[in-house]
Amino acid sequence: MTEQDAGAILSAPLIIEYPFKRTTGPVIGAFLTGLREQVLVGSKAADGRVIVPPAEFDPVSGEDLTELVEVGPAGEITTWAWVTHPHEKHPLDQPFAWALIKPDGADTPMLGAVAADGIDALATGARVTPVWAEEREGHINDLTHWVLEAEGGAA
Amino acid sequence: MPPEISLPASLQDVEQVRSVRTPARLDYEFTAGEASSRFLKGITQKKIIGQRATPESRVYVPPRGADPELGATTPIEVEVAQVGTVTSFCMVNVAFYGSVMELPYTSALILLDGADLSIMHLIQEIPADEVRIGMRVEAVWRDDADIEPTLESIKWFRPNGEPDDPNVRIPGEDHGTGLGSWVGGVAPTEALIRNPRTGEGGQA
Repeated sequence: MTEQDAGAILSAPLIIEYPFKRTTGPVIGAFLTGLREQVLVGSKAADGRVIVPPAEFDPVSGEDLTELVEVGPAGEITTWAWVTHPHEKHPLDQPFAWALIKPDGADTPMLGAVAADGIDALATGARVTPVWAEEREGHINDLTHWVLEAEGGAA
Repeated sequence: MPPEISLPASLQDVEQVRSVRTPARLDYEFTAGEASSRFLKGITQKKIIGQRATPESRVYVPPRGADPELGATTPIEVEVAQVGTVTSFCMVNVAFYGSVMELPYTSALILLDGADLSIMHLIQEIPADEVRIGMRVEAVWRDDADIEPTLESIKWFRPNGEPDDPNVRIPGEDHGTGLGSWVGGVAPTEALIRNPRTGEGGQA
């Protein structure tokens, strides 16, 4: 093979995108409906625990879970990890925390991004409140991220 | 039947979400490699350039840099004709994401004169249901100012007025990779299509 200078080889962006849609079913649909309406809902399990986001089946018995209840929307950080260099697909472009957040009235935590001035501003047990997108469509991104209640969140 | 769900009061009188967007997207930088780069540079000069391994071996268009039969690189460049024969086609009646074509339209495999491998392209300037195997077609290029290193610089192929070629070869059918062929001047219908692996069907 003959020598080629690098400029002789062409390259171009290639984006492969599948615009999938999936049906939600009544339980996940209700959770997403709640996000659109700025309401968090969980499902009540047979043992009385409230699972957030709602589960379609009882984690112990496997029975259908049919009772959805409102929780939060404010909650408490149960554990978290600081992201020093956000990826372009992350919800925030400043350093932030991925956290498990247990909304008030819930017995399980859900994952969310928490904005904070720095790693020292966060602690397990800190109170956070959701920030909603201005335009909501019934999608997980309707809840853009969480902020500390003390910092401008509705306490 | 799904179970009845009881909703909190705040969600009882609003329209329920029933579906959700879940797009999958991958961003690549595609590097064409040497063979495709040379082919695409030919396209910028409105030339269709194939490659072959030896002066007698098959001419591949578009070239991928190797002859899969011989297991050899294809250093010899050969300009092929801008006219060819439809070897297979598909009429598209269903819109799909990202398509800008008016329905129905026809996508075809076209064996350019001098090539041994069909390229896939659009057939236009003829009603979609009149496209047929054996039809002779010619390339229609974009305006010169819009020529880029992409096969889309050929807008489509159109009938060139020559009579159909009743003996069109299906690339590969003579050595067991084709799915059907014209037999005795008769188009490959389902009844005539030969299974290349078992040799069953069709007329040997």
